Amino acid sequence: MNFDLSEEQQMLNDSLRRFVTNEYSFEKRGEIISSGTGIDRATWSNFAEMGLLGFTFPEDFDGLGGNAVDTMVVMENFGRGLVVEPYLATVVLAGGLIRDAGNDAQKADILPGIASGERLLALAHYEPGARYNLSHVQTTTRKDGHHFRISGHKTAVLHGGQANQLVVSARTSGSVNDESGLSLFLVDRDAKGVKVDDFATHDGHRTAEISLSNVTVSADNLIGTADGAFPAIEKAVDLGIAALCAEAVGAMEAMNAATLEYIKTRKQFGVPIGKFQVLQHRMADMFIQTEQARTMAILAASEADSDDRAQRREAVSMAKTLVGQAARYVGQQGVQLHGGMGVTDEMFAAHLFKRLTLINLLFGDADHHLAQVSDGLLV
Amino acid sequence: MDLNYTPEQEAFRAEVRQFLDENLPDDIRERVQKRLRPDKAMTERWQKILFDKGWGASTWPEEFGGTGWSPVEQIIFEEECALAGAPRQLDFGLRMVAPVIMTFGNEAQKKRFLPGILSGEDWWCQGYSEPGAGSDLASLRTSAKLEGDHYVVNGQKTWTTLGQHADWIFCLVRTSNEGKPQQGISFLLIDMNSPGIEVRPIIMLDGEHEINEVYFDNVKVPAGNLVGEENKGWTYAKFLLGHERTGLANVGQWKAMMKRLKEVARQEQDGQRPLIENTRFRDRLAQLDAELRALELTVLRVLTDKRGPGPQASILKIRGTEIGQQLFEMLMEAGGQDPIAHIPEALELDYNGPRAGSMEATPSAGDYFNMRKLSIFGGSNEIQRNIISQLVLGL
Repeated sequence: MNFDLSEEQQMLNDSLRRFVTNEYSFEKRGEIISSGTGIDRATWSNFAEMGLLGFTFPEDFDGLGGNAVDTMVVMENFGRGLVVEPYLATVVLAGGLIRDAGNDAQKADILPGIASGERLLALAHYEPGARYNLSHVQTTTRKDGHHFRISGHKTAVLHGGQANQLVVSARTSGSVNDESGLSLFLVDRDAKGVKVDDFATHDGHRTAEISLSNVTVSADNLIGTADGAFPAIEKAVDLGIAALCAEAVGAMEAMNAATLEYIKTRKQFGVPIGKFQVLQHRMADMFIQTEQARTMAILAASEADSDDRAQRREAVSMAKTLVGQAARYVGQQGVQLHGGMGVTDEMFAAHLFKRLTLINLLFGDADHHLAQVSDGLLV
Repeated sequence: MDLNYTPEQEAFRAEVRQFLDENLPDDIRERVQKRLRPDKAMTERWQKILFDKGWGASTWPEEFGGTGWSPVEQIIFEEECALAGAPRQLDFGLRMVAPVIMTFGNEAQKKRFLPGILSGEDWWCQGYSEPGAGSDLASLRTSAKLEGDHYVVNGQKTWTTLGQHADWIFCLVRTSNEGKPQQGISFLLIDMNSPGIEVRPIIMLDGEHEINEVYFDNVKVPAGNLVGEENKGWTYAKFLLGHERTGLANVGQWKAMMKRLKEVARQEQDGQRPLIENTRFRDRLAQLDAELRALELTVLRVLTDKRGPGPQASILKIRGTEIGQQLFEMLMEAGGQDPIAHIPEALELDYNGPRAGSMEATPSAGDYFNMRKLSIFGGSNEIQRNIISQLVLGL
């Protein structure tokens, strides 16, 4: 057993840590968020040059053949600096799906464009009322010769408004909540019948509500086999969860550092407030939660690429449960220990708290994933 | 012992409910129930309606124009108002500075200030905390020097809630540096229109402007605006904090929230079933419901105790704020991924644009973030636990 990063991963970690510290300041992040697209293209190009955008793609398609542990290294650093660019949406989720389910022509068409930073993709899967149930898909398709016509409504499409193309899940057979009968389609965001409502999120990212009304795509745009997309969707979401767990660990680490600094310098009653035992124990608990979460993020990253579904799902759901709980605790207590300053927009801690809160909500909160683990005990 | 309301109290509840049915304007009700952005005019309108009915101050004695209601009647009124969707009345005047003026102010001050608070004509804010004086409030440094018939005030206050609307601010100021820090503090009423006052907004983490910094640069305040005696302000401040903490239990609001949360849990879908059928969510709801019931009865126990609220008020502040925070957290979580979207323009009554998920989901994350303040302000919950351990338990 070996928990060490490889030499390459260590180098990646070091250079990303430098990047976040030196080139992704809180002020710069604020400017990016208030810009029109919420994405800094220069930063994105920088990521492309560093090889990050194709890290987990096969070498044949301009990638580096990396795995979920590499993604973990990237996301942990992004969490530390609260990077808002669409790495999760484009590289991990949509890119991961094309890599795992696409045919060679689709991979050749799409993956190099993602790796170079030219193309942004998003996964349009969740639907109103589904909550966190991945098989709850009501979007319909109608086969029309060599074409499919897609109609439905997608929600929580991360960076959907910024993507050039969407990977859309839809029902080609079966009824809502069936795992079988789902298919994936590549849809141009600007295609006729696609309506996108783009929103900022509370944590400086972007999300979209997307409605599809008789959107016509060629059968060549079908990703993977018709009716059989559920396992690929589930795995992509598991990869996304593992990435979010790592991001949360980075954000918690940053929260602990900011809070520690604050309670060492903020004086009340003539002493730094960090001298008060009640705050010392709170800080110790935040540290414990973070280290536990770190372990679980490593577990999730190690299992996320696995095709052993039961083993992967259990590891990922256990990780999201404990990471979600830790994100809640560390986020809330980080704010609490900052006192009034913690609830102001000018403090980094407040933004870490918001991201940590949303990470818990994304792809299943702690309760949802505890239920998954719990249901697994019945099998 | 009887935990039931008396027939008279039930009749009183019916009377309040009927009044609310007939007099609470629909647009105000809608704004409150949808948790849209608060509005100064709305609060003033509602205060005026209550004032015209003679119900402007539910916690005041009749001699000052209050209702003279018993603590139980006050609770019933507050609860019915919250359930009906009435806006919360402004605490700073009615529940904070007014009791201080009634108890420690002179006749001229009572005559000058209480009517404006009662009618809602005067908007008050609180000048307690300073950048260097939060939990350690007694270390405050804003100074007031008596020069002839007025004080000259210099310094800075912070976390001034809704100070941007205020006509008046009640301040703790330092009038002496002799002895213990608590001994040199005075309680001063300051006109916000005085030359030398500057209000700067602080944007909160939900992106909203609710709190402010208030700067005082050689502000002249008539000496007659000193409440009680010079250097006795700490006593009045502690008296006021006791009132604030009882109010912070906020049972009426939380009961209205709980009712809404149960409705939301029935409306939101969790795949093929309503969210309320999700046992993990429902168990947490049940737990919180039990805790809220305990809070409600504890508040009634404390308020009907003839000895008045002592350090036990800290229990109410802690439990009230923790329960409130959990209600907002569950309301957010009920929305699944919908609350992630931040749509500030949707917090206005006339918004008809796109949103993610239900009407309830739209403000829920922002509200959850905002409500983290509850365990920080009014004496942080850590300070409240110190009060319990020191003043109640003698540790």
